[in-house]
Amino acid sequence: MSLDLIVGYGGMVSFGHAAYFAVGGYTVAVLAQHGVDSALIAWPIAVAVSAALAAVVGALSLRTSGIFFIMITLAFAQMVFFTLIAVKAWGGNDGLPLGARSVLPGIDLHDANVLYYVCLALLVAFTAFAAQLVESRFGIVLRGARRSERRLLALGFPTFRYKLVAFVIAGAGASLAGALWAEYARFVSPDMASWSRSGEFLVMVILGGIGTLAGALYGTAVLVGLESLLSGFTEHWMLLLGAILLVIVLFAKHGLYGWLAGSNDG
Amino acid sequence: MADAVLAVRGLRKAFGALVVSDDLNLDVRFGECHAVIGPNGAGKTTLLAQLAGELAPDHGAIAFGDRDVTHLSPDARARLGIARSFQITTIVDDFTAEDNVALAVQARDATAMRFWKSAFRDTSLREPARAALARVGLSTRAGMRASDLAHGEQRLLELAIALAQEPAVLLLDEPMAGLGHDESRAMIELLRGIKGTVAMLLIEHDMNAVAQLADRVTVLLSGRVIATGAYATIRDDAFVRDAYLGDSA
Repeated sequence: MSLDLIVGYGGMVSFGHAAYFAVGGYTVAVLAQHGVDSALIAWPIAVAVSAALAAVVGALSLRTSGIFFIMITLAFAQMVFFTLIAVKAWGGNDGLPLGARSVLPGIDLHDANVLYYVCLALLVAFTAFAAQLVESRFGIVLRGARRSERRLLALGFPTFRYKLVAFVIAGAGASLAGALWAEYARFVSPDMASWSRSGEFLVMVILGGIGTLAGALYGTAVLVGLESLLSGFTEHWMLLLGAILLVIVLFAKHGLYGWLAGSNDG
Repeated sequence: MADAVLAVRGLRKAFGALVVSDDLNLDVRFGECHAVIGPNGAGKTTLLAQLAGELAPDHGAIAFGDRDVTHLSPDARARLGIARSFQITTIVDDFTAEDNVALAVQARDATAMRFWKSAFRDTSLREPARAALARVGLSTRAGMRASDLAHGEQRLLELAIALAQEPAVLLLDEPMAGLGHDESRAMIELLRGIKGTVAMLLIEHDMNAVAQLADRVTVLLSGRVIATGAYATIRDDAFVRDAYLGDSA
């Protein structure tokens, strides 16, 4: 979802989105290791750390575009990945378990159902925020810059600054998701930052339909759904999944959502 | 030159051995329409690119009022009040005509990032946008996707976008490009109506348009100014006729 914000609306194909996801998760886990167990403290810190990382990465990588942008974002994600492997205090290759889930006042996160609803509420909140964002003046500039950056500059918009802010927001969003994942799994590992994870995020976005927020949700649901459905049939489920993805990309250019909505624009 | 909105002094730009701007001097005064003409390759478009900030000159200075803008970025110049139209229509093609103009209205306050209010329902953007569209006669096309507009309509949209920025100087890069006879006449009429309200630098091949619009004309040849003056003077200048106008005058 947060990735769709920059890929779909900002035209920035980031191949390193998993880094923010991982940083979010690790922040929560490491804070828990040091006895910080309040979600009200841990989650915002997780988001802030990732946002800061995204600001640095964005400031460097947004000077490029196209394949170079993809490679730079990937390189930064790999740096995060290998850093997480290298730091023994955080479990290195083995990952870091969370002793207990964080505590929210009045809400018992150890109840799986409660955690689910907390996640759902945050997802709805972020979706609403993103939906508002793409319609706002800020979002319009972002979308305009994707199609015609030269015109936007000629109009006087400092497009770099706009894109950087979008990049940071997306990083923060992914970080929150990572923090929640850590709470859910009670475990974080360097795998969270791997390039295949970044690729999976991109597949979710492309599958669902680039540039539609609802599409990102569809894409995620379908990908996760297919994964569990197909893995029930055969252990070679990835082969089938690949074939299905191919068909979808070839025949539904606007992703599943575009196809379902019968959208004919573009 | 106190009455110049835009003043170019000693501008020089070369790509390798090819000199595209050669010690170029030029003024655009308040309220005037200053046309720049010259054969293909004379350096008109690279001059405009340097004025707009897309291309950095090797030497020389560009002043906007009493401010040196030689080293400012395109977006910083636009925020000061230097607007441009593109020779090849440059619009956000998947936005509607009105969205494109509303974006230009929003650009008057381009550094303020607003995240909440919907830009599609913001009347402080929509009303000026509709007014600018009405000014160029595109009211009935407001809701159409910019890419679906006819070529002539896209040229008008280009102009509406530049007008909506409420600039102090308007840099027009061949606004007549690709227009049919009737469309050209309509565009000339439109520009005549705007003339006087904003300083214009007009790059144009269409001598009929230059004759009707320009207060002063500068003739470029190989990056150098070979003549500058009132249209009638330039028209009768033997040197210029020889160099450029030749068969068409």
